[in-house]
Amino acid sequence: MNAALRTEWRKIATTRLWWVTALVMLAYMLVMGAVMALSFAFGSEASTMPGGEPMALDPRDIASSVYTLAVALGYIFPAILGALTVTAEFRHRTITPTLLAQPRRSLVLGAKLAVVLPYALAVSVAGVVGTLLGGASALAIMGEPTFLADAAMWRTIAMSVVALALWSLVGVGFGSVLTNQVAAIVVLLVFTQFVEPLLRILLAQFAVTETASKFLPGAAGEAIAGSSLYVSSGLADLLPAWQGVLVLLGYAVVLVVVGRLTTFRRDIG
Amino acid sequence: MTDVPVYRPAEGEIRVEGLTKHFKTVRAVDDLTFTVAPGRVTGFLGPNGAGKTTTLRLLLGLATPDAGTATIGGIAYDRRPRPAHHVGAALESASVHPGRTARDHLRVYAPEVGVTDGRCDEVLAMVGLTAAANRRVGGFSMGMRQRLALAATLLGDPQVLLLDEPANGLDPEGIVWLRQFLRYLAEQGRTVLVSSHVLSEVEQTVDDVVIIASGRLVRACSLRDLEAQARPAVRLRSPDAPGLARLIEQAGWTVDAESPTTVVIHDQSQETVGRLAFHHGLEVHDLSAAGTSLESLFLELTHPGAQS
Repeated sequence: MNAALRTEWRKIATTRLWWVTALVMLAYMLVMGAVMALSFAFGSEASTMPGGEPMALDPRDIASSVYTLAVALGYIFPAILGALTVTAEFRHRTITPTLLAQPRRSLVLGAKLAVVLPYALAVSVAGVVGTLLGGASALAIMGEPTFLADAAMWRTIAMSVVALALWSLVGVGFGSVLTNQVAAIVVLLVFTQFVEPLLRILLAQFAVTETASKFLPGAAGEAIAGSSLYVSSGLADLLPAWQGVLVLLGYAVVLVVVGRLTTFRRDIG
Repeated sequence: MTDVPVYRPAEGEIRVEGLTKHFKTVRAVDDLTFTVAPGRVTGFLGPNGAGKTTTLRLLLGLATPDAGTATIGGIAYDRRPRPAHHVGAALESASVHPGRTARDHLRVYAPEVGVTDGRCDEVLAMVGLTAAANRRVGGFSMGMRQRLALAATLLGDPQVLLLDEPANGLDPEGIVWLRQFLRYLAEQGRTVLVSSHVLSEVEQTVDDVVIIASGRLVRACSLRDLEAQARPAVRLRSPDAPGLARLIEQAGWTVDAESPTTVVIHDQSQETVGRLAFHHGLEVHDLSAAGTSLESLFLELTHPGAQS
């Protein structure tokens, strides 16, 4: 087991992927954090104008929505990191030497799951740091409260890191189901940036389907952080944090099991 | 590898029995049975698509056979706790992450093989890649990749080596080096199985041959036995094309015409061809042994229906 872990650890450590992902996520979240903070700040100013639509946003909700933006928009990064731990093996045809060195395929997959977490944690911290840098400075410039001295806010921020890191496990599972690297990245992008947001808005329209929307993976991730753009804008509620963890892990487990029974059972080479 | 390891021969024997593998409707490997002995270099030969790589994959537990067994030292590869310690294998289908350095490529697998980083440097030195150790593999030539693949198989100092087309992409100098290296490994008592689709490539290296075609065993014997079966062939060149054609017709020879003035004559010795050419007064510019006699036997064995 130890040897399998060390081998998988070195696989990630010896390529540039993880820190490039971390840097890109940091930059992306920095911009998105700032943009979102500015638009909220302008929005709340607008709401005070007579005749304007009354806004239900209090400054605290604004701050937490901005600070958890990485969970709402940036979870694609740890998810891709996770997926690539599997798809890269097929893309670069290193799966053959991998399985020659360790023929027990469950062990290989298990080691990938265990090892991706610390790297995903690093990527997630980078993403959240970017969000805070962009978001808090924009709020401060606009004269809005930043709530950075608030312990509860830091708890939310910390939990958003946890949620993001868990996404890497979903990514490993997804990559083991869809091993074509380009297809995996495209599907992840389309689902997380387009399909899920659309589904959340649509499902939230009807009482019957509103509950279902809470169980979407993105919603589960936001539930872990305990804050969401969707909640702040009054679209839908979230599950309790612990249920969010279970739901997100559930997605990971289902995908990993499917991957083990398909990709990792087939003939290789 | 300064000390010559002591190997128990039984541990090094490769045994394939009734091995069968289908891909959809194609029988890639068809009731294949052969053994490979330790201490010898064995050529695993057949044209492209004959089922060589599939057989190796079955031997290595990368694919599951439909029927039959394939064992190394009496045990299936994937049943060994640390298989790379016993068997080093390089498959053509395997590759390297282009973003890793040669050294890192080996370091990645070192923990699973159960060796230190120092061993990675040792095997890089053995294959002559020390200078390129810290270069990204993405910029490697085919020959360098082959050397790196060979280095990876040596990591665990295995008793058995399975190499899939190791000479592909090597320059002539590299092929000579590979030949000597494989001989050296076999002389230490290791089992060396080398696949190739051209016999001439391994002719000077192997002791034994296992020849397959369309997934079936064609011949498993020593190279010496195969050579005994190969008939001589002679290359004859004459500036007198019509005279050459007349001679061939009258002698009733089977020939491959390389050009109107150069032919390879099968089943004849240089003496016979020379004498007849002299009798016919044919001006001869080349009368040499065509070293492809073994190769043509190989082609004959593996392409029974080549004419159709």
